[in-house]
Amino acid sequence: MNEAAVWWIGAGPGDPELLDGVRARLASEFSVPCRVEFPAERPEEAWDARRGQHSSSRILLWLKERTSQGRVLGLTDADLFIPILTFVFGEAQLNGRVAVVSTARLGGPTGLPGEKGRVAARLQKEAVHELGHTFGLLHCRTERCAMARSASLRDVDAKKPALCPACRALYLEVSSEIGEPHE
Amino acid sequence: MSKKSTRILVVDDEEIVRESLSGWLEKDGHTIGTAADGLAALQALEEKPWSILLVDLKMPGIDGLEVLRRVKEKHPETAILIMTAYATVDTAVKAMKLGAFDYIVKPFDPEEVSLIVEKIVAQQALVRENVILRKALKREYQFHDLVTKSPAMLATLELARIAARSPSTILILGESGTGKELLARAVHAESPRHTKPFVAVSCAALSETLLESELFGYEKGAFTGANARREGKFESARGGTLFLDEIGDISPKLQQDLLRVLEERRVTRVGGTESFPIDVRIIAATNRDLPKEVEEGRFRQDLFYRLNVIATRLVPLRERREDIPLLVDTLLEQLGSELKREVEGVAAEAMAVLMAHSWPGNVRELRNVLERAIVVSTGPMLTARDLGLTLRPEDAVPGHPVSLAEVERQHIAAILKQTAGNVTQSARILDIDRVTLYAKIRKYGLSRAEGGEFEETSGR
Repeated sequence: MNEAAVWWIGAGPGDPELLDGVRARLASEFSVPCRVEFPAERPEEAWDARRGQHSSSRILLWLKERTSQGRVLGLTDADLFIPILTFVFGEAQLNGRVAVVSTARLGGPTGLPGEKGRVAARLQKEAVHELGHTFGLLHCRTERCAMARSASLRDVDAKKPALCPACRALYLEVSSEIGEPHE
Repeated sequence: MSKKSTRILVVDDEEIVRESLSGWLEKDGHTIGTAADGLAALQALEEKPWSILLVDLKMPGIDGLEVLRRVKEKHPETAILIMTAYATVDTAVKAMKLGAFDYIVKPFDPEEVSLIVEKIVAQQALVRENVILRKALKREYQFHDLVTKSPAMLATLELARIAARSPSTILILGESGTGKELLARAVHAESPRHTKPFVAVSCAALSETLLESELFGYEKGAFTGANARREGKFESARGGTLFLDEIGDISPKLQQDLLRVLEERRVTRVGGTESFPIDVRIIAATNRDLPKEVEEGRFRQDLFYRLNVIATRLVPLRERREDIPLLVDTLLEQLGSELKREVEGVAAEAMAVLMAHSWPGNVRELRNVLERAIVVSTGPMLTARDLGLTLRPEDAVPGHPVSLAEVERQHIAAILKQTAGNVTQSARILDIDRVTLYAKIRKYGLSRAEGGEFEETSGR
């Protein structure tokens, strides 16, 4: 069945307002019941001492082991990487059930007025983006679409926290038929 | 997302790099392959075309630079990105000199690698379009422009290719629109005469006297209006190839003149007294049944024998329906460039109409039908209505040969239509699981349109 959970798996305390913002955005964008959860464990094994970052792929495996139904989006404040890239904002299993997004690179210089709101907005966009991948959505050429590739903060800021009409149509089709994601 | 999926091959001895890079690129909608070493990469290139190769510099066996050198030798159109963990100026210079598109240091900055891949994809699309336009302009055709996988056609092409290297006369038999001139041009391009002119004459288009002066030329004053001496096509084609199209339509007198020219290898201009030697390779073509014309006394037997040195027959489209999807792809790409319209493909229903049509006008008719469809279409996919063809019962050929994939695609489309697009129900009928069915729907570009019917789409 189509349902989603947002898990706070960061080192610091999760900001309830920030997390609820993501939850509400996902629930509305994907029309699925969505809740926020605070698991006790953390994906310690994802830490890579050599890179000084957390492996997003290992976080996905960790999430997958703990998820039996629906989709889970892990939210963290850890800086994420995949082996071939210097960093990633997030990662998702294409057509799978798990995704992760980090706030680590979504903030600008701290202390600026309005910074919290900017981070929250960016986080919602990336959350929609990664969860979109779990529904099989690929990158979109429309700059303003949440499924547009984000390789930089500039890219993130150029998009809206919503799917473009083409991706939305595809999502509606996929979600009505596919339902349960792959194992 | 991009209109067409680009084929990218990731070559790295580290599994984690192959996995992470292909997983990342896959989300752009590209088709990704991996190879664990240089040899496997070269092997992969032999089997299928790859547009972009991301190659690690340091690998056991053949290293990245050697892969680059070998690939550039055989597949110069492939763009190669060299990846390395440690950049040294020396190797970077070497890689660029060997023709690498770029040189990037692992781990990549996401923005940098996205931009590079995007740049390559855009550049390759431009190159492809250029080639098509240049060909259309210069009418430079080669054997691979005769798109086919039909065994009979492949045999014809193989024979023509071998014959191309000889000076022998070639006779091409085939219905209108099967590509007789295309084959003649391909033979010329493959022959030792390819640097010299290719001259085509349509024998049916001109009256007897006009054709005569057209072929042999005339002297000043040969007839009213002959104000200056003019060379004929036999002369213009000097050193090259003379293509005599619709040879079956020429008059008995011209048949006799032509026979003499072919026997003597000399030409006399109309109104002239002196003959001079010619150096041309003759390729003749006709859509008539020439042996029958000979039998019935309409075509000189001796001329037929002169022309029929190497005979080739182009197979009509209705006898090689398996080529239709392939031809549609090629023609859509050509027409898209020429008409400056982006077309993604043909809807399943429209393809069924194309497969069933009897194609009396062969490939030329198919090209015209697609051109019309592109002009009148409003969406990115051509629909059955755009084609303007009506499916007549006599056109339907039961059990015509198509590929297994085509049958699978049509069957899935039919079942989806039957279930009004219900994947679960369709999967049950097809006796496969939903995930597999969904993968196939994506593979064949089927998707549900507004009305609950399935039609083809690609991209999203």
